[in-house]
Amino acid sequence: MEHVTLLIGIVIITALVFDFTNGFHDTANAMATTISTGALKPKTAVAMSAVLNLVGAFISVEVAATISKGIVDESGIQPEVIFAGLVGAILWNLLTWLAGLPSSSSHALMGGLIGAAVASAGIGAVHVDEVIVKILLPAVAAPVVAGIATVLATRLTYRAARNAEPDATAKGYRAGQIASAGLVSLAHGTNDAQKTMGVMTLALITGGVLAPDADPPLWVIASAGIAIALGTYLGGWRIIRTMGKGLTDIQPPQGFAAQTGAAVTILASSQLGFALSTTQVCSGAVMGAGLGRKGGVVRWSTATRMFAAWGLTLPAAGAVGAAAAVLAGQGSWGVPAVATIAIVSCAAIWVASRRKPVDHTNVNDLGDEPAGVVTDAVQSVSPPPARNGQEPADDDSATRPTSARASL
Amino acid sequence: MNIDWAAIGQTFGVCLLATVGLVGLFTVGIVGTSRRTAVQGNGTATVTTAGSTAAAARFAGYAAFAVCTAAVGYGLYLITAG
Repeated sequence: MEHVTLLIGIVIITALVFDFTNGFHDTANAMATTISTGALKPKTAVAMSAVLNLVGAFISVEVAATISKGIVDESGIQPEVIFAGLVGAILWNLLTWLAGLPSSSSHALMGGLIGAAVASAGIGAVHVDEVIVKILLPAVAAPVVAGIATVLATRLTYRAARNAEPDATAKGYRAGQIASAGLVSLAHGTNDAQKTMGVMTLALITGGVLAPDADPPLWVIASAGIAIALGTYLGGWRIIRTMGKGLTDIQPPQGFAAQTGAAVTILASSQLGFALSTTQVCSGAVMGAGLGRKGGVVRWSTATRMFAAWGLTLPAAGAVGAAAAVLAGQGSWGVPAVATIAIVSCAAIWVASRRKPVDHTNVNDLGDEPAGVVTDAVQSVSPPPARNGQEPADDDSATRPTSARASL
Repeated sequence: MNIDWAAIGQTFGVCLLATVGLVGLFTVGIVGTSRRTAVQGNGTATVTTAGSTAAAARFAGYAAFAVCTAAVGYGLYLITAG
């Protein structure tokens, strides 16, 4: 019993660490364009998002083991497997953060859990059909749906406001954008904090601490909410920079259209039973905003790296989860060994990130992101930007020479 | 494998309409309520006609903002009820 309790403790701490990485990985979804258009100062934006995530964790009562339900067969799951899956998800989240790439934290968690379940219980523990229907299909649909909606909305708003003074309208766009971003943050808190609560509850149930079908205790809800809020407040500045500046240059009307498109898509899709990943919805909306403005350019080199990260999320987190599950199953030293390796890896990634730190002071400076060959080609055949005063003076970042070196 | 094409299509349609509709409405609001400054800047020669058009635009603008606020409220409802 002693041993079980210690193991459950480790699983819960690992789940909270994952929740924390989930928070700072996904700050960008709500706040990247809000920061890059100047609607909110960087620190204000992450603080607002953190508070809304915390509130979101508490407002919904519909908490379940959403994450594993249907995809992995819960009956045979051991705490070690959950632990291994979480380790896989955490490491993938940190790696993509180091690369500044927005990728779905939920997919990382599912990938880690699937990999760990396969390694310990065989391929039969995973419902492949469910994986395709619940993960792969939405991953393709999310950016397309949000992107197309945002392209049209951006076109419409530029056309409708073409006679208005940009300076007068910018303020209104920024206010609208803050409202949309707030909705995205709140929805994120309700969804993603709940996923961690589900995992923690699942661990408590498998360890015999809670009765099956028990509701999560208050301390589980509170700690999950606080972990995701702290992570959000820390701010994944690398990912914020990629989404707010790296994919395309965002002006207030675009930022508003993108954030509204994202909020609508997230809410509508979860209501209509076809839940889409927040990260992929927001990335798609940002690209849609880039395509919707005359003269707007999407940096396809950055977008391609992001798509690659999306494709790799499931297998990569799954591979790490599987390796961790095999190691953790080796005996009583297995779990401590995995924990040590995980902590050392996290420290190494953090040290690597310090070489080129990105924080709230330089989040809006587009480092030395290369424009890329495709982007240059697209830009050379695109019409020149609409000169109706909407262009910021420093709108030269898209025309940066390709000789600039990519920094990950 | 059971792909729910109806749900996908429905999601796509609703997202498209709601996004474009809301952004459009908000733009009406912004343009309607910010035109006042532009009219004032134009001088006094067209005050009577421009004044009434501006008032109509401003009213439409506030009405559009009200619908947008209601949409945000509905969004909040969906999140809290979900």
